[in-house]
Amino acid sequence: MTDTFEPVIVGFTCNWCSYRAADLAGMSRLKYAPNVRLIRLMCSGRLDPQFVFKALAEGADGVLISGCHPGDCHYIEQNYKTMRRFVLLKRTLAALGIEPTRVKLVWASAAEGNILAEEIDKMVAEVKALGPLNWKRRMMQDAGHVAAVSGQRSAIAGGAQ
Amino acid sequence: MSTNGKPKFAMYWAAACGGCEIAVLNIHEVILDVDANFEVVFWPVAMDAKYKDLEAMPDKSITLTLFNGGIRNDENAHIAQVLRHKSQILVAFGACATQGGIPGLANLGPVHEIVDTAYTTISTDNPTDLRPQTRYRVPEGELTIPTLYPTLKALDQVVPVDYYMPGCPPEAEQIAAVVGLVIQALKGEAQLPPAGAVIGASHSTVCDECKRTRDQKTITHFTRMATFQPHTDQCLLEQGILCAGMATRGGCEARCPSANMPCVGCYGPAPDVVDQGARMLSAIASVVDSKDPVQVEKIMDEIVDPVGTFYRFGLPRSLLHASKAAQGQ
Repeated sequence: MTDTFEPVIVGFTCNWCSYRAADLAGMSRLKYAPNVRLIRLMCSGRLDPQFVFKALAEGADGVLISGCHPGDCHYIEQNYKTMRRFVLLKRTLAALGIEPTRVKLVWASAAEGNILAEEIDKMVAEVKALGPLNWKRRMMQDAGHVAAVSGQRSAIAGGAQ
Repeated sequence: MSTNGKPKFAMYWAAACGGCEIAVLNIHEVILDVDANFEVVFWPVAMDAKYKDLEAMPDKSITLTLFNGGIRNDENAHIAQVLRHKSQILVAFGACATQGGIPGLANLGPVHEIVDTAYTTISTDNPTDLRPQTRYRVPEGELTIPTLYPTLKALDQVVPVDYYMPGCPPEAEQIAAVVGLVIQALKGEAQLPPAGAVIGASHSTVCDECKRTRDQKTITHFTRMATFQPHTDQCLLEQGILCAGMATRGGCEARCPSANMPCVGCYGPAPDVVDQGARMLSAIASVVDSKDPVQVEKIMDEIVDPVGTFYRFGLPRSLLHASKAAQGQ
């Protein structure tokens, strides 16, 4: 299974550093694993932990979070919040049985395309070794469970109730 | 089945403690309005009822059903489906039916651990390790008892629900208001809220209803109620007590913080929040006053049970629903 298994990793990047790092990696023609689907946020501090839970629940095998180095945040100190949330997030995921290597925090400046590419390669190899997460399928196997995770009663952003 | 022309009322408990029923009786004299306006046709806690009588009722013949408790086994699921067919308005009533509630914390481990705890722990006198069998043949025929599901589910993870009424239990004043509204609506004097609405609760958070003062907005350590006597007028979170008020829907008038106890999150996620625990985690982490990774780890060490703290009432209805161990395979 792991031979052919290509993990799906959702990557959250910040507009000012890590997204530009990814851009630089591309423009420098750096080769790295194509498993990460990047989503640009204005700041890693915008990352609501709900995004991570939703990604994992809906089929991602791992989540990469990246932002500016501590001290370099475009919004002064929001990436420190990311750092603190990440600590609690990892502990919560561990208690729910999700391997800590499935969620990774990487600081990458706009000049560090190579570092981001290396970290993505490393992460993809680690998640490959773990195998698929399959959270949604696991849950649907539970007899009597009819509502898929996507059937949550309101959307994460601005869901009306 | 007798009928006196009044709209019919039902209340059922699935995986629940019975507190929701007590809360309904706590509406005091308003219970007389319930009796004056409804005919109670099915309420196992309060009166004798047989499932076969319920199953024989015509579809949509019950006007209002308050369903409390989570779905733990196939009996709960069966009655949920029957009541869905028989009811015009099905209300997920209380924290367990809306979110999974305290019994939902069982979604942290496999179901055999629950059975082991019940039948083998030191306080249990069971020398021959007897276990319940879901089917057992006796001379008179086959006996069956309900089968536990691998995980506990909220009501709307099994059948569609019209309204959600949160709380552990819902506050009596809120129940009285909701019952009053339904009675008015039946008389054509009021309109029911749109389907899928959360009723009997506020449209904001517990923090909004809390009278305590907040000024520092940062915390350097966490402590626990057992070892600390908090001041009565300052925000509990600022004093290091993990309080779920900021991520929890209001409607209780901040009853626990008013009694010098932290909010535990029983009213479920605040409006527009899907995953209450994720929001609480996010809020708590943002107010921790440290930029040093080592110190942050140390401060977070003081949160001894993250899932039990963030998802005390809402694990089954959270985005991840259960731990990997509980889901098996």
